[in-house]
Amino acid sequence: MKRRAFVRNTIPAALTLPGLFNGLSVKAFTDQHPLVQALLGSTTDTDKVLVLIQLNGGNDGLNTVIPIDLYGNYFNARQNIAIPLNKVLTLNGTAKTGIHPSMAGFQSLFNEGKMNIVQSVGYPTPSFSHFRATDIWMSGSDADQIVTNGWMGRYLNQEFPGYPEVYPNTQMPDPLAIQIGSISSLALQGPVTNMGISISDPSRFYDFLDGVEDPVPDTRWGKELKYIRQIGKQTEKYTALIKAAAAKVPTQGSYPSNDLGNELKIVARLIKGGLKTRVYMVSTGGFDTHASQTNNGDTVTGNHANLLYKLSSAVKAFMDDLKGLGVDDRVMGMTFSEFGRRIKSNASFGTDHGAAAPLFVFGKHVRPGVTGNSPAIPASPGLNDNVVYQYDFRSVYASLLSQWFCVKGTDLQTIMLKNFQDIPLAVNAACGTTGLDDVIRPDSEQLILNYPNPFVETTTITFKTKGGHTLVQVMDTLGRVVKTLVDKTFAPGSHSVSFDSHALPRGVYYARLQNGGIQQVRPMLKTR
Amino acid sequence: MDRRAFLSLTRKTDVPELHLAEGVRGILSGLTPYSGPWTNAEVAHLLKRTMFGAAKADIDYFRSMSTSQAVDALLNISAAAQPLPLKDYDNDDIPADDGDFPVPMWSTWINTVSKDGNANAKRMQSLKSWWIGQMVNQDRTITEKLILFWHNHFATESNEYNRGRFGYTHYLLLRQFALGNFKQFTRAITLDKAMLRYLNGYLNSAGAPDENYARELQELFTLGKENNPNYTEPDVFSAARVLTGWQINFDTEVVTFNINRHDKNNKVFSSFFGGTTIAGRADASAGDTELDDLLNMIFAKNIEVSEFIVRKIYRWFCYYTIDTDTETNVIKPLAQLFRDGNWEIKPVLSALFKSEHFFDVLNYGALIKSPIDSVVGMCREFNVQFPLASNNEQSYLCWSMMRNFAYVMQQNLFDPPGVSGWPAYYQAPQFHEMWINSDTLPKRTGFFDFLTYNGFTAGGFTMILDPVAFAKSLPSPGDPNALINDSLTMMYRVPISDQSKQTIKKQILLTNQDQDYYWTNAWNSYVGNPADTTAYETVYNRLRSLYRYLMNLAEYQLV
Repeated sequence: MKRRAFVRNTIPAALTLPGLFNGLSVKAFTDQHPLVQALLGSTTDTDKVLVLIQLNGGNDGLNTVIPIDLYGNYFNARQNIAIPLNKVLTLNGTAKTGIHPSMAGFQSLFNEGKMNIVQSVGYPTPSFSHFRATDIWMSGSDADQIVTNGWMGRYLNQEFPGYPEVYPNTQMPDPLAIQIGSISSLALQGPVTNMGISISDPSRFYDFLDGVEDPVPDTRWGKELKYIRQIGKQTEKYTALIKAAAAKVPTQGSYPSNDLGNELKIVARLIKGGLKTRVYMVSTGGFDTHASQTNNGDTVTGNHANLLYKLSSAVKAFMDDLKGLGVDDRVMGMTFSEFGRRIKSNASFGTDHGAAAPLFVFGKHVRPGVTGNSPAIPASPGLNDNVVYQYDFRSVYASLLSQWFCVKGTDLQTIMLKNFQDIPLAVNAACGTTGLDDVIRPDSEQLILNYPNPFVETTTITFKTKGGHTLVQVMDTLGRVVKTLVDKTFAPGSHSVSFDSHALPRGVYYARLQNGGIQQVRPMLKTR
Repeated sequence: MDRRAFLSLTRKTDVPELHLAEGVRGILSGLTPYSGPWTNAEVAHLLKRTMFGAAKADIDYFRSMSTSQAVDALLNISAAAQPLPLKDYDNDDIPADDGDFPVPMWSTWINTVSKDGNANAKRMQSLKSWWIGQMVNQDRTITEKLILFWHNHFATESNEYNRGRFGYTHYLLLRQFALGNFKQFTRAITLDKAMLRYLNGYLNSAGAPDENYARELQELFTLGKENNPNYTEPDVFSAARVLTGWQINFDTEVVTFNINRHDKNNKVFSSFFGGTTIAGRADASAGDTELDDLLNMIFAKNIEVSEFIVRKIYRWFCYYTIDTDTETNVIKPLAQLFRDGNWEIKPVLSALFKSEHFFDVLNYGALIKSPIDSVVGMCREFNVQFPLASNNEQSYLCWSMMRNFAYVMQQNLFDPPGVSGWPAYYQAPQFHEMWINSDTLPKRTGFFDFLTYNGFTAGGFTMILDPVAFAKSLPSPGDPNALINDSLTMMYRVPISDQSKQTIKKQILLTNQDQDYYWTNAWNSYVGNPADTTAYETVYNRLRSLYRYLMNLAEYQLV
């Protein structure tokens, strides 16, 4: 007898609930319980959903979103893997930016106004370790700060205090977050407990829906194991809810048959099924493309092309399905990866661990377009040169929380651990956000300049602020902040500040301006 | 039989199906001494059954012995001096004239009689915590688990007797006889203050005979109720008359025999006991003499007594269903050994634990952990650090927390639900499965989560599972495959598939990467610079997820 997987990571086994210290039974709580009553009113009433798509391994941003306006430098930096200009998929409304030829799905989403590409998302002093960088993205911490819970876990804890003891209840009858394809993600870890439940992989999800059980041997332990698993299922507070939600959706649109497509198909089904679950997390791996990222001699094919096709086709199918199911008004999604890759390719037709990279925000109510500029690419980049970040990844998180989930003020700061800039990404009238862009960003206007450039020791940086909080940082090519020149509130207008590069090595530096939703990076060259 | 092959779930087709009992494959092996492999897996099996959890250091210690030497070493009552239970409570609600009042906090209360109900309730709580402490600090013997076995067998409830000193002397009695002579044990229990009070023996008098203890002595403690023929209702009454006259002086807490309350007439028993007559006595030692006569008569039904006790031992240490092969190959011969050894307990346990049957792979993982085993075993196996022994306050807080978790999982030390003990050990057909229900299972996993994620803070000390230290104690923590395998050998007694291991490795240890070296590098980076908090957190987060996940699977409930 050939046996298959023995341990079933079905929902009941993967979900874990902290017990009650005082011995009260979970079942004893009803909606009339004072604790539940006390909690009523703390939760935002919304049917909005956020879907997080994690791309494990570090996605190569420069071959995903191609800087048409800097194509010469781009091509020069990675000749063996560069996408030919005539193969790059163009995007309506912008001549500066295109995407990988295998991403036709994203191209049509963008052109339909359902996607925002946020350029060069990262953070100061990036980590190049998969593990550490993943933990930073999940926790939302600074690079040199250890935070053992996750940004989404903190949000859900703020919204649903007391989880899991008094849940489910009438106010939140469903899981707060559902994670597919991973276990106990740090992103969903709250200050006290993990706020999500896990479905370990799609094939098992359908077994779970169908009541398919892993066989156990006819031994003493087999009998006991079967018994405990049965109890585990009865115990699982959310089992019946999830099954019932899934059962309400007998037909769905078609999806590409890959892991991400399968995972997103489940997400669409549960959303349509009526779960009020706020957050879904899915993930797909293989983006660690050190070698053979593209095929030799045909750079539009290869591993990375396959990965991007998978991402693009799965998300497009998901969006089409949501529309067909009539729930596209409720859903916003976002991709992320622990880091981008090096500007310069290596000799193995691959790229090594890098820093900032673009990410995609998608949904019917996204504020469409390209946020930010193409990353600066040196004319002759060194092996270790990296894409410097324009937008802090936590600004993206904070913007989605505020614009999509209506989290404001001190709550937002508590969740995000500090104040981050607001980038216009989503429209949810309930939060007071509109589709009107209040940020005036003429394409040509340079908001930050320096003179002289190149410079020897000192250069003067002039920046234009629309008023309010203004930040000017100088970073090196590894993305490290070497100096923060300005970090305070200004009156509208032009201001100047001097940058003294004493004791810093010669080379390229970047001056980064952040003023409300505005973001600009200016390359500077220190020379002899 | 190839043990590894079995453990990897290969079904043997040559096992006759007729040995299925209630759908479960029977075990054919008997008491022949086991001579198979002696690796971490076998040692962990023995230790998880005879101690609370199998700690890494204990496994290493016993692995260096032979199977026989290991069992011999385990079968001893700890000779180390025990600390005394301490007053871990204040005097709130305790009257100033009660004997407990002058006892200072963090002194022992065992030398002072207290008659106040509140004070004794507090004494019992401290005694329960203290016992948890004894279990946590057990030495490498069967002592504490065996005491718990006998506590369940000669069950009493402190809620009924509510005297701290009764509870403590009861515990000491269980400890004294745990590996001794069962007949002498039964005699001592008959006159034990907790038992006399619990089953009303102290009220039993010639004028008003109380059958309570007389019945349970036969039904629950020696003969069982399954024999055919068996003792009769008149036998219960006659035995009650034999036991008349024993009293407790509640001022001094001393047991006395009062001949004036004793039934001095002859007591006649049924044909089950061969029509025995126990002669009524009228002297000061009448109570002792007649008690000896009664026990001699009962233990003369030696087949019934020996088989009843051996079955109970088997259900506690092996499995609750006793199929016909086990009855023939294990129960009968062990009962014979028990009789031949004149009721010595140790040779019976020795033969069982050294047997092929005990180490039969079909026996692995068949026991559902009791709540106490879950709580204490988890802390010991993961080497959870406790406060310094000298810090009584912190120590009692930690033990009390564990006691409370076991309590909400339905095992309240010193207070089983009745004189039959915990239903898991007698209630057919579910037996051990009674421990697990939709209320208690989340509390078990909740305890694991609590000690893995939050930890318990007691007066400035935080008791928390350290997943990094645990991984570090394993042979090759830098190799994710070895780390998972070695952890599973420690934690599980049942196999999981390679596919599951791969999934767990990839999703947890590799953060969805495909190359093992990502974990290896992270581990080496931590080991190379233990002071680097970032490197530490990287491995800490993943190991915490790993062990939490493994503890939450159904497999972890089995030993």
